[in-house]
Amino acid sequence: MQVEKFSYDNEIVRKFLIASVVFGLVGMLVGLTAALQIVFPELNFGIPYTTFGRIRPLHTNAIIFAFVGNGIFAGVYYSLQRLLKTRMWSDALSNINFWGWQLIILAAAISLPLGLTTGKEYAELEWPIDIAITLIWVVFGLNMLMTILNRRERHLYVAIWFYIATFVTVAMLHIVNSFELPVSLFKSYSWYAGVQDALVQWWYGHNAVAFFLTTPYLGLMYYFVPKAANRPVYSYRLSIIHFWALIFLYIWAGPHHLLYTSLPDWAQSLGTVFSVMLIAPSWGGMLNGLLTLRGAWDRVRESAVLKFMVVAITAYGMSTFEGPMLSLKNVNAISHFSDWTIAHVHIGGLGWNGFLTFGMLYYLVPKMWGTQLKSQKLANAHFWIGTLGILFYAIPMYWAGFTQSSMWKQFTDEGFLAYPNFLETVTQLMPMYALRAFGGLLYLIGAILWVVNLVQTAKQGSFMKNEEAEAPALAKAYSGKGEDWHRSLERRPIQFLVLSLIAVAIGGVIEMMPTFLVKSNIPTISAVKPYTPLELEGRDIYIREGCYNCHSQMVRPFRSETERYGEYSKAGENVYDHPFLWGSKRTGPDLAREGSPKLRKSNLWHYNHMMDPRTMSPGSIMPPYPWLIEQDLDYSSIQGKISAMRTLGVPYPEGYEEIALDDYNAQAEEIVADLSASGVEVSKDKEIVALIAYLQKLGRDIYEDELANN
Amino acid sequence: MLKFIKHHMESIIGIEIYPIISFLIFFLFFIGVGIYVFTMRKQEVQEFENIPLDNQNL
Repeated sequence: MQVEKFSYDNEIVRKFLIASVVFGLVGMLVGLTAALQIVFPELNFGIPYTTFGRIRPLHTNAIIFAFVGNGIFAGVYYSLQRLLKTRMWSDALSNINFWGWQLIILAAAISLPLGLTTGKEYAELEWPIDIAITLIWVVFGLNMLMTILNRRERHLYVAIWFYIATFVTVAMLHIVNSFELPVSLFKSYSWYAGVQDALVQWWYGHNAVAFFLTTPYLGLMYYFVPKAANRPVYSYRLSIIHFWALIFLYIWAGPHHLLYTSLPDWAQSLGTVFSVMLIAPSWGGMLNGLLTLRGAWDRVRESAVLKFMVVAITAYGMSTFEGPMLSLKNVNAISHFSDWTIAHVHIGGLGWNGFLTFGMLYYLVPKMWGTQLKSQKLANAHFWIGTLGILFYAIPMYWAGFTQSSMWKQFTDEGFLAYPNFLETVTQLMPMYALRAFGGLLYLIGAILWVVNLVQTAKQGSFMKNEEAEAPALAKAYSGKGEDWHRSLERRPIQFLVLSLIAVAIGGVIEMMPTFLVKSNIPTISAVKPYTPLELEGRDIYIREGCYNCHSQMVRPFRSETERYGEYSKAGENVYDHPFLWGSKRTGPDLAREGSPKLRKSNLWHYNHMMDPRTMSPGSIMPPYPWLIEQDLDYSSIQGKISAMRTLGVPYPEGYEEIALDDYNAQAEEIVADLSASGVEVSKDKEIVALIAYLQKLGRDIYEDELANN
Repeated sequence: MLKFIKHHMESIIGIEIYPIISFLIFFLFFIGVGIYVFTMRKQEVQEFENIPLDNQNL
């Protein structure tokens, strides 16, 4: 067999690696700022762009898509070439992938602080960026597939299966969840409404965790842990079962984010069942990673790389045990909407993704720069500071979550809520929030040590842009005679891709289709009316300011919640909500019934509260929104918004666009007159007027009779 | 646009068979994978699991 000479492209790996490091630091810094803002709300510096509701999505997007995303590309581009014994198929596509991805990150970093958002968590980016993501993702996939097709190693190692599944599933998730109708260049409405939107969003949201934060990193684990330990994976057989079981089961688990909401019960149960089953493949994978080190544990003591990897895999095991537990309805009743969720995701984020990235780069930089790690001591210091950071982050958050949830549910002997004022349950948590910020600071300090060490390491070595290699070409005529069906599948990437797409698509289709198709799943309520033009504009401000990051709009059917907020939320109440705004966290109280007779506040209260929340609720940690009172609302696109909503199925009468502005003005004048009677003069064109109209509308429709009689 | 397709599939006759079919697909697939995994030749497994370690000298 003739041996061919070729070279591995290290330059592209270096680029992604640098991007991951830079954006990692930025993303962590933004996260630390957000954490500090909860303790000191003044830290938004009084400007809209740095307020919590806008920088929280900036933090999550930066960490997921910039830090981890670039980490994935770096690891995949490095390992794929070596596992296939070939250079990436096209250097041009590799570079388009790199620069395109960085441009997307730049666009996100600009648009999110500006408040340009779809309002769907982890999918906040507006439609032009969504299209760019799709294109760049396809470039990545094409480059990967063509590389696989031109390989010099017949068998596709298990890591590559994970990369292929990542590519197809993320493509599917992103496209399905991003169906939206553009109103202008920077504004669109979700194709789906209410319950359906929630189901699609959390099918996406959960599987973004599964197929962006987990499967590619599992692939990296299957490559880098054996490399770093210099021994093969514990059980290759187990890895095959791990792969198929994981992708088959993961895709179904999304509805566990919607337990006790107005999602139909059968879908909730389906989500729970599959989430519980998920523990099997997840732990199979974790054990496979950890047991790779069997008989070599002494090396963990000496190698910082292995230390980071061991903690990463352990954190993966902990969060994939916790996940199924949180999917049990009785546990979820306590954990959901509380800081428990935040603790859970950070075990995954800081532990699994963060530590695996740290370990991977501690391994890669010395390799690619042909040298030794500059300082094992510094890397060990990073390890301990980082581990302490995780503990200081997670323990207070678990404590906070449990404390607050218990306080929400506490009744007095007389049968009243023990803490009827939501604020009491927040101020109780302040020491925990401060500790959490300290944990984040420790973690960031550790990451800075990491960067210093990597830069010093690179400086003392010399970078090999192209790494020479040689391998025999694959024999063209390969019969595969006598081989098993799976064995033959393992060398057919396209069929492999199609089969994994089918595996993940089945779950999505079976779960979503009935909710879309069966009428009885979403009983309509005749009293529920579409938003007036003013309310619609107010809702868009609510989305722009990211209010849903701290306020849910979903009263669950618990006595503790119906006592506090009123009637529990019905699916039929959200049929005109493009997008749904149920939220996932209650840093502030639920707002689903804010306009109901029970919770209704005066227009003046809302005006003062937005101006400075602490005047109405002393001790509140909500930031002030004075710009809503100063800024004029741009209602030039109201006609476009009305017709877009009608296209999506909201029953505005034909030709309503023509009189929408009149209705807008009439309703705004009512609010202005009411405020004026209370001694506040405000122009009807100000944004605050629309936001007040929206808040007063929330959850009130089903009480219309009661309100009319009063 | 969903309003256009919303009510077309709810009347499918025999839709109850779908879950059974999907269960069978999953079940048989996993039985198949299980059989494959347990009948893999040891030599083959060793060859595959050593792929990442192959180019150690590079």
